[in-house]
Amino acid sequence: MSGILGKKVGMTSLFDENGEAIPCTVIEAGPCYVTQVKTKEKDGYDAVQLGYDEVKERIVNKPLRGHFLKAGTKMLKLLREFRCFRNKELKVGDKIDVSIFAQGDLVDVTGRSKGRGFQGVVKRHHFGGVGMTTHGASDRVRAPGSIGASSFPSRVFKGMRMAGRMGYERVTVKNLKVIKVVPESNLLIVRGSVPGAINGYLEIVKHE
Amino acid sequence: MDKIKLIEATQLKSDIPDFKPGDTVNVHVIVKEGDKERIQEFQGIVISRRGSGINETFTVRKISDGVGVERIFPLHSPRIAKIEKVKAGRVRRAKLYYIRKLAAKAVTQKTSA
Repeated sequence: MSGILGKKVGMTSLFDENGEAIPCTVIEAGPCYVTQVKTKEKDGYDAVQLGYDEVKERIVNKPLRGHFLKAGTKMLKLLREFRCFRNKELKVGDKIDVSIFAQGDLVDVTGRSKGRGFQGVVKRHHFGGVGMTTHGASDRVRAPGSIGASSFPSRVFKGMRMAGRMGYERVTVKNLKVIKVVPESNLLIVRGSVPGAINGYLEIVKHE
Repeated sequence: MDKIKLIEATQLKSDIPDFKPGDTVNVHVIVKEGDKERIQEFQGIVISRRGSGINETFTVRKISDGVGVERIFPLHSPRIAKIEKVKAGRVRRAKLYYIRKLAAKAVTQKTSA
């Protein structure tokens, strides 16, 4: 398995060989650089740290600047560890680009979903609401209803689904098919949607 | 957005005639039946064009055996072999949904110069 970091560009549709219009997401993926290789002996587990998105040197703080200088890479904004590079000989400073993918590959895409703010239970947990708009219940249409019984248990159970902050979570969408790879402009096109807003960072892991 | 246009550009058609709502067009649709392919024609009035880039579609309406039939085609679909402009129309609206309620004679009046 192998992976890469990227950014969501947006969605469009493309026609497949049968002439069907397919919904697809354009992802700008890579080039990524290996900034650190963690080993079982030294760090307790095997992982590869990848960096993505070049930035100006003055943006990066001093400790990270030293980290990049040691690795001999450019100054990068996003660092992520991948544990999926098994049986791959990767050295610090290696470049990984979108050409690791091919048409027809299956990938898992992880991103941070769009933040929805404070939302009620109808939107957040798909509750049905109390239901009636007449018979004096018109102020309870989107209310949660009862949150528990009375003197027993005399408390609300932990984990009761209620209103609150929604979205901006780590979400993974599995088994998206790669429709097209454009190495010259670092673009990857997958079938379907991926989490997050436009310009949101994504981790893309390939199935093997 | 430019990166999306770059991707779409690979599938955009360049040989699409200039037509707009009110025009009568003949769309040559490729129909697959098992292994065989044949061309089916669909002629009618364009009542709407919407979307942009590869997502642009147009709606064609015709009266078939007394029943109104509308088909929505993706403009750049590879299943469309050819679009022929049969007659130019002159209308004052971009979307001609109101002609659904009109009699055939009134439609002719509304869409001719």
